[in-house]
Amino acid sequence: MAICGPKLSLCGLIISVWGVIQLVFMGIFYYFHSVALAEDLPEFEQPDTKNVDEYLKAFYADIDKGYTQNAYNCWIAALLYLVTMFVSAHQFWANNRSSLSV
Amino acid sequence: MASLFRSAEMTLCQLFLQSEAAYACVSELGELGLVQFRDLNPDVNVFQRKFVNEVRRCDEMERKLRYLEKEIKKDKIPMLDTGENPEAPQPREMIDLEATFEKLENELREVNQNAEALKRNFLELTELKQILRKTQVFFDEHEGGIHSTESMTRALISDDSIARQSTLGPVQLGFVAGVILRERIPAFERMLWRACRGNVFLRQAEIETPLEDPSTGDQVYKSVFIIFFQGDQLKTRVKKICEGFRATLYPCPEAPADRREMAMGVMTRIEDLNTVLGQTQDHRHRVLVAAAKNIKNWFIKVRKIKAIYHTLNLFNLDVTQKCLIAECWVPVLDLENIQLALRRGTERSGSSVPPILNRMDTPEDPPTYNHTNKFTSAFQTLIDSYGIASYREMNPAPYTIITFPFLFAVMFGDLGHGSLMMLFGLWMVLKEKPLAAKKSDNEIWNIFFGGRYIIFLMGVFSMYTGLIYNDMFAKSLNIFGSSWQVKNISKADAISITSVHMLDPATDDYFDYSYAIGMDPVWQLAKNKIIFQNSFKMKISIILGITHMLFGVSMSLFNHMYFKNKLSIICEFIPQVIFLVFLFFYMVMLMFIKWFMYYATNERTHITYSTRCAPSILITFINMMLNKETDYEKICETPYLFAGQGGIQKLLVFCALICVPWMLLAKPIMIMRSRKQQSISSNTHQPMTTENGVDSELPVHNNMVHQPPTQPGGHDSEPMAEIFIHQGIHTIEYVLGSVSHTASYLRLWALSLAHAQLSEVLWNMVLKKGLGFDGWIGGIGLYIIFAFWSCLTVSILVLMEGLSAFLHTLRLHWVEFQSKFYSGTGYAFQPFSFENILDSASNTKEE
Repeated sequence: MAICGPKLSLCGLIISVWGVIQLVFMGIFYYFHSVALAEDLPEFEQPDTKNVDEYLKAFYADIDKGYTQNAYNCWIAALLYLVTMFVSAHQFWANNRSSLSV
Repeated sequence: MASLFRSAEMTLCQLFLQSEAAYACVSELGELGLVQFRDLNPDVNVFQRKFVNEVRRCDEMERKLRYLEKEIKKDKIPMLDTGENPEAPQPREMIDLEATFEKLENELREVNQNAEALKRNFLELTELKQILRKTQVFFDEHEGGIHSTESMTRALISDDSIARQSTLGPVQLGFVAGVILRERIPAFERMLWRACRGNVFLRQAEIETPLEDPSTGDQVYKSVFIIFFQGDQLKTRVKKICEGFRATLYPCPEAPADRREMAMGVMTRIEDLNTVLGQTQDHRHRVLVAAAKNIKNWFIKVRKIKAIYHTLNLFNLDVTQKCLIAECWVPVLDLENIQLALRRGTERSGSSVPPILNRMDTPEDPPTYNHTNKFTSAFQTLIDSYGIASYREMNPAPYTIITFPFLFAVMFGDLGHGSLMMLFGLWMVLKEKPLAAKKSDNEIWNIFFGGRYIIFLMGVFSMYTGLIYNDMFAKSLNIFGSSWQVKNISKADAISITSVHMLDPATDDYFDYSYAIGMDPVWQLAKNKIIFQNSFKMKISIILGITHMLFGVSMSLFNHMYFKNKLSIICEFIPQVIFLVFLFFYMVMLMFIKWFMYYATNERTHITYSTRCAPSILITFINMMLNKETDYEKICETPYLFAGQGGIQKLLVFCALICVPWMLLAKPIMIMRSRKQQSISSNTHQPMTTENGVDSELPVHNNMVHQPPTQPGGHDSEPMAEIFIHQGIHTIEYVLGSVSHTASYLRLWALSLAHAQLSEVLWNMVLKKGLGFDGWIGGIGLYIIFAFWSCLTVSILVLMEGLSAFLHTLRLHWVEFQSKFYSGTGYAFQPFSFENILDSASNTKEE
């Protein structure tokens, strides 16, 4: 049974393939603390201390947490896209089959 | 000579065909598609030509086929398209075809007529049925059968009139019933009221189900009405109004029993009609299905016959009526193939006399014919849409195959967007055959599909430049390890630092060896990224632009050499090259010298080679043109990059300026002198010879008389003043063009900057929002926002930016590159080819 039309399912298929590839890679880069992605971390408050060592410790902890969190978030989104991909692929297949049988 | 760089060599041929063999030969030539026939009787009316009858018959057949096709489409029967290409049938087969089509058309028309009559009948019966049913309701509302009229009277006519009537006796009320289009009801009602002064009573009820109009096939909504009135005068009036409103009136018996009986009769008749209608439909369907199997094939056959007779109409008839004479343009290399085709045609027609193919000399410019394949044709189209190359002129298309995607990629440099484009192109290239077979009539898709190789190459080149710019969706990839490190920041600075870091290669941050390929990824995070990239990209654009233009100018040398135009080489090509090289290529060299000589350092001892003392190229160039001294700091010691630069620059400018009058005057003066000499010599020696004496030596052909002889040199007959003006325009265009075209290549930098910035903005404004979520909700947020981001990336960055970069690249090729050597004043070779004729026929049909 086809819910989406052929165009929508094709669009979903393309976006989800792209999403899976890009998000998996971005997750890996976040996991390894890529500097290029440092600009795209969740915002956190500046540690409220004047002691340099303490400041750095708190700062690094925040950064590390942000990186790990984003890595997992990317992978979650990639998983969701994987599901979308299967759904769209099924829809695409269903559309093709129904158009062939007519 | 390889025809890749120039159009194919053409020759005018005369073709003698025996009348019997002509049809078969032309059919073979049409399959081959390498011959362009010329009209030998241009002053003969279309209707006075020899094969006018046959063309007419073909037109008639085509009309019948179109009718059939329309009917087939109406019934939504799939038409079988086997893709096979039947040969043009023999002339005698035409009669069979005609008979078949005639039979089919007649049958179909008859069936349609019958069906229409039946449908009309059916409509009438249904309307009658509805009337009987609805009026029944009216009558039922007023119980008592015969008394109904009395009750009506009471309702209709006021008390005093009843009183009046009662004295006159019982009133006789008549009524008419009918059916009318629903939208006419209000006007109809008003009209009745006014025309009959309110003395009629109208009741109406809507028919819920739409009825089919038999003539148009539309579904229409109608209403049943019944009008009560009194007296004959009103009756005629009411009937006239009904007529005027195109209402159909039906007899409706007054007695209920009669009505019931009539309704029964109508019902049975409707049922009978239904079966008959079904059978008619079946028959029609059978006829159409049979026709649908062959219709494409028939179309091809008929179009081929028509094309052949059209071509035969262009031929001249011999005096003896035994043979037809044709004149045609033919590529010299394909003469062999054409001979073979002609022989095949003769054999097929069973004629014994072989056709004769004669080469002729002509002063006319032959058509331009570039051999293309599916890969080069898209590039050739880009060139041809500017102007068809003059005959045997250098064809820019082969170079465009590389320069076009490259210049595009300079503006579109992004690894991510490039790979999207490349994948799209690759998909179209790999799925070429199934996609081409689909024959979509979507114009945009056809443009994309036609340019699939261009799109693929543009994508690949963009990936390369993206790697050089180190840009992938506005993020950099650190593949080979950055050459920068953070050294001069202490732990204590960590708290105080707030702004983005500025990269300074003069400090210890830089390792003193560069990143392996392209930009160092660290620039993505640097504050001075744009300043650094601008200087790099601007210089690159100028270097590429001047190389491109110099290449264009050197192409003109090949043109002059081919056309043996020594005067133009000396008076145009050489000064042009000198002008461009001495001024602009010198500037390019300054850029390289600056890149190699200067480096970032803060040391006092090397200050003359530091960034501080590196002279600005633009300022140096402007001062060179204005002949001014460049200002410089005392510690730098000199404003120049190398010793003696000032003197050399003066010399270069002087030489370049000399070139301007050289370009402007030398050629016209030389032409003037040679003309004077010629006229003197012709006056003294051969007073009879005209200036274009070549023509008199040519064999005169029967059709040659009315063609104006054109000179290959181009300006032999032009008056002197015109030559001066032309040369003046040409020179001004070139000199000013060198400046403006150089500046025009800066669009490479501007668009590249715009593209990089736009993709950065898109990342920061959209995708960053998805990455900024705190906690696990971010996964779902990212899922949604990524979809937005990817759609925007494709629509704005790949499609829109891609289109704008494409157009700018096209301009750079058409204006900046081709203006240096390409005149584009030729006309295209349009061979007589069935393939083209069938393609264009099927395209116009779909529109």
